[in-house]
Amino acid sequence: MKKVMVGNHAVAWGAQRARVEVIAAYPITPQTQIVEKLSEMCADGTLPARYIKVESEHSAMAACIGASATGARTFTASSSHGLVYMHEMLHWAGGGRLPIVMADVNRALGPGWNIWTDQNDSLSQRDTGWVQLYCETNQEVLDTTIQAFRLAEMLDLPVMLMLDGFYLSHTAEAVDIPDQDVVDEFLPPRVSRHKLDVNDPHAFGALVRPDSYMEMRWLQQEAMRQVPRVLETIEADWNRLFGRSYGAVESYRAEDADLLLVTTGTVTSTARYVVDQRRAAGEKIGLVKIKMFRPFPTEQLRMALAGVDKVAVLDRNISPGHGGIFAEELRSALYDLPNEDRPQIYGFVLGLGGRDITPAVIDEVIERTKQGTESEREDLWVGVNS
Amino acid sequence: MRELRLHGRGGQGTVIASKLLAVALFLEGRQVQSFPMFGVERRGAPVTAFLRLDDAPILLRCEISAPDELIVLDATLVGATDVTAGLKPGGDILINSPLSPEDFPLLSARFRVSTVDATGIAIRHGLGSPTQPIVNTAILGAFSTDSGLVRLSTVVDAIREEVPMQIEANIAAATEASLAVRRMNAPEVARA
Repeated sequence: MKKVMVGNHAVAWGAQRARVEVIAAYPITPQTQIVEKLSEMCADGTLPARYIKVESEHSAMAACIGASATGARTFTASSSHGLVYMHEMLHWAGGGRLPIVMADVNRALGPGWNIWTDQNDSLSQRDTGWVQLYCETNQEVLDTTIQAFRLAEMLDLPVMLMLDGFYLSHTAEAVDIPDQDVVDEFLPPRVSRHKLDVNDPHAFGALVRPDSYMEMRWLQQEAMRQVPRVLETIEADWNRLFGRSYGAVESYRAEDADLLLVTTGTVTSTARYVVDQRRAAGEKIGLVKIKMFRPFPTEQLRMALAGVDKVAVLDRNISPGHGGIFAEELRSALYDLPNEDRPQIYGFVLGLGGRDITPAVIDEVIERTKQGTESEREDLWVGVNS
Repeated sequence: MRELRLHGRGGQGTVIASKLLAVALFLEGRQVQSFPMFGVERRGAPVTAFLRLDDAPILLRCEISAPDELIVLDATLVGATDVTAGLKPGGDILINSPLSPEDFPLLSARFRVSTVDATGIAIRHGLGSPTQPIVNTAILGAFSTDSGLVRLSTVVDAIREEVPMQIEANIAAATEASLAVRRMNAPEVARA
């Protein structure tokens, strides 16, 4: 069933089709429509889940942790300051290996107080032990919400999916809502390996001494290492059932390219438009979309980018004192390539706090990359009144 | 691809109008993308919404700076704000007004202007209150006739699908407005 819907409602429909059992969430612009829609669904019986109202995002994640520990399929959504307020609890969910799924509507952090999109909220949760998946369309948002539960529950890892504030959250486009019986075939009820059960007591979150803590982190890392392979099988299954797949990394018109754009989120769509124009004009330009940021898809990116002359990374984020975060991680991933295969990397910082990224902005990125022999600095800012 | 911009005031249903139009065009098999001006909205304050439509998948995910046509749900915005900013020369403007297109000489010199008294129609059909009528379905009925981009029957289908209350009154308003459009008498301005 196809319907015209905003990205926030695509998240809610994904959670509904995944048959989530517990939701604990707190509203924040531009995520509010997600929790409104889910509470409506819980109230009218469309989604027979327990909706727990809380007084803050920290409590929302704490409630999700408790619910997930009992074996329930658990969901929440947040954005910006709400997400960073959860930070401590995100570590508890990640370290506790709880397969919670969360949607984050990417929004800039204040000050300056700003409700528009950039990726600093989710990227600053990089080391909390959550898988991170960045979406480009409302269909991808809905599909990823469902897929995230299977990934999370197979590996006991929490999964965060991201959608750009307003560019997806408040933009309506056609989205196919998959049939419930087919989703049920794809995503069976959760079977948890360990759970809080009064009839079978275990201790959770107890003191772990130096003789075992490191092994817990090792096991977490080993689970992360399995994500690319498991996501591939999940996507193959999804493609068989619904005829759609996305990939942790996607190459678009990258064949024989001598310049590749590296994008995430909605910028990817506008960049596809620009790539199509450049290709029509005979230029060898393509793009590589990064969907998965954690675990970082090092192998896939080496394969996608090795041998290309120039790579321009579009970062809608900034690590103050360093540079665009995707560019920095990409430099590290490609460092071990042989010299002759290693591309020149140009890291562009743009679109912060919701500044619009138009085809003209992407054209500027391409021209600056084409003209440059060596990047004069690691963070090349676009459109800033310096 | 065609790009539209809608101007209204908070409470008139401007963002919903953009969504309803997107649903109607989708029902006709078009690709659509509808979004509000990114920001915050207040009752009575200017509200802007956008719509892209195409037969091919829409790749652009950025704001619309040079629309092909405008729908203006509140005539007091003409002059008070720069509603025609970026509008392509010869572009279409549909204004909610009891006046005729010739009464907007500054606009009709450069653009193809049409008018419809959506406020009067909405009040007659009891949509919103007499002081704050909800004019979105009426103006969409007028838009279907004026633009030829969408059929009245699919606007009606979209209303049935999306509008939660007063469905028949909204349909009646859209239908009446579709017959009440006033077009410019002057020769058409050459389209870009």
